[in-house]
Amino acid sequence: MPAATPAYTADTVTDLVQPHQVHRDVYTDPEVYRLEMKHLFANTWVFVGHDSQTPNKGDYYTTQIGDQPVIQVRHSNGEICVLYNRCPHKGTKIAIDRTGNTGKFFRCPYHAWSFKTDGCLLAIPLKKGYEGTGLDQTQNGKGMKAVGAVKNYRGFIFARLAEDGISFEEFFGDSLSSLDNMVDRSPAGRLEVAGPPLRYMHQCNWKMLVENQTDTCHPMVAHESSAGTAVKIFEDMDWPEDKPKPMAMEIIAPFMSPYEFFENMGIRTWPNGHGHTGVHHSIHSDYSAIPGYLEQMVEAYGEEKAKQILGENRHNTVYFPNIMIKGPIQQLRNFIPLGPDKTLVESYIYRLVDAPDQLLARTAMYNRLINAPTSMVGHDDLEMYERAQEGLAADGMEWVNIQRLYEEGEDFDQEAVENGTTERQMRNQFHAWVKFMSPQPATEQAEAAE
Amino acid sequence: MSFPSRDELIDFIYDEARMLDEGRFTEWLDLWMPEGVYWMPLDYKQTDPDLVTSLLHEDQFMLRLRVERLNGARTFSQKPKSRCHHVIQRPFVDEMDPGANRYVTNTNMHYVETRLDDQFLLAITATHDLTVVDGKIRIAGKRVDLLNSDAAFGNIQLLP
Repeated sequence: MPAATPAYTADTVTDLVQPHQVHRDVYTDPEVYRLEMKHLFANTWVFVGHDSQTPNKGDYYTTQIGDQPVIQVRHSNGEICVLYNRCPHKGTKIAIDRTGNTGKFFRCPYHAWSFKTDGCLLAIPLKKGYEGTGLDQTQNGKGMKAVGAVKNYRGFIFARLAEDGISFEEFFGDSLSSLDNMVDRSPAGRLEVAGPPLRYMHQCNWKMLVENQTDTCHPMVAHESSAGTAVKIFEDMDWPEDKPKPMAMEIIAPFMSPYEFFENMGIRTWPNGHGHTGVHHSIHSDYSAIPGYLEQMVEAYGEEKAKQILGENRHNTVYFPNIMIKGPIQQLRNFIPLGPDKTLVESYIYRLVDAPDQLLARTAMYNRLINAPTSMVGHDDLEMYERAQEGLAADGMEWVNIQRLYEEGEDFDQEAVENGTTERQMRNQFHAWVKFMSPQPATEQAEAAE
Repeated sequence: MSFPSRDELIDFIYDEARMLDEGRFTEWLDLWMPEGVYWMPLDYKQTDPDLVTSLLHEDQFMLRLRVERLNGARTFSQKPKSRCHHVIQRPFVDEMDPGANRYVTNTNMHYVETRLDDQFLLAITATHDLTVVDGKIRIAGKRVDLLNSDAAFGNIQLLP
């Protein structure tokens, strides 16, 4: 059991997770957070960016994987590389701006060491000063370090920091069907990032945000003030029944759907912590058709395949550990941990290449209505997370309950479809958390050296 | 002298800010034309309101929803309520076109919002598109540019 003043190690931290509850320290303890950065975010495949953010050779974009600063860059061979954003000399960040083009090489602004866009050392000024010093025998003498592994899956760039570990295909498995559906919705089978992301700062642990993505018992409660008021105002307006509802109403009103709606929509869980809400229908199912779009899809895929793609209306798909995508509206939210009680949420939208602009207009509206720091819906979500972060300080109760529709002996290594109000996906995430918080073969050595 | 004069346009901008600071939101809604849109871009010098994300791009339905929500009983993020404060530099009157019934002002402001122990400052430029109906100045459109629109924010709950 956790001690009053815990000092967790990779061996004991997993005691914080039980099948039906988790200890509050997973959300609040700095040592647990440090272990997450060291193990969980190194052993899993973490989202980096979209390849359309770096379309041309030399284009780069800076971000982080866990607490590690990285650069996504288009190398001269056209492939995407992911490098640690650190000069091997003194540690200076090579790139500071969020996006840019570095040409054929990176050049450190401090002492002008330069590197090819795959990180290999290109040149050091006055290099004779290193002759015979053994620099070429060090890791620093080789150049900027690349992350352990990179995968470009249909335009989405994921990376594993650890040199060895689970493969991309094994880690994501059948959960990739949600990404496939999002990309297939373009008649060209391609997405492009549309503008900069919303950037929303949360004073709470990153896992609270990820858990909320499949929490289907909160919308009609926490969002009554926005969605409920919208429905009331609309009823007062005497809107003609045959006239299409305003786009904003289509987006916001389904948040007030009754419990039964969310129970029936279903939740699917996949191994390694991935899962989604909206198996049978979702809050995105009843959006108006956009003129011309179905015809474009039928032309691109044939009628049967087009209807199958558009008939899938998954709500939120969580890719463990820290992103969520919405296939039907081409949105991705990245929950970037900045500390045990600090999380930056970046919400991106994508254009369906060759599809009508109206689809993107609806997606942009969804993003600002629901996920902006100025959003009435976002305001109440953030209020809940921050109250939880503060409430967890209460010593009278140390465990957080995740027991809704819990069944003895749940097997998270099997895909499952359950009642849409189950908290099984949260339990699935913690099952994966335990798995990847343990040192994997590649990191055992570093752990022992500590 | 015809209405509105330069001074009357400038006074209108001050009066609007005072309404917001005093929480007279329902009265503030009456200042708007039915087709008026409140736009707060996300990107610095953004030109497209539709196909990239904005912080706010809201018509009268959405603004009314915002105001009614602020007055609601189960508005959890407004327990307790936020307060705001504008400090305004004298507005520029950039366009005065009585023939087209169109007046445009450009105003730099420091906007402060507070709730509980937190308080933040935004440096903003508000561009008002104004028109006259029945002898009264009305807002046909308002664009609010944040100097740091690309920064990460916590909740911005009222209307800068």
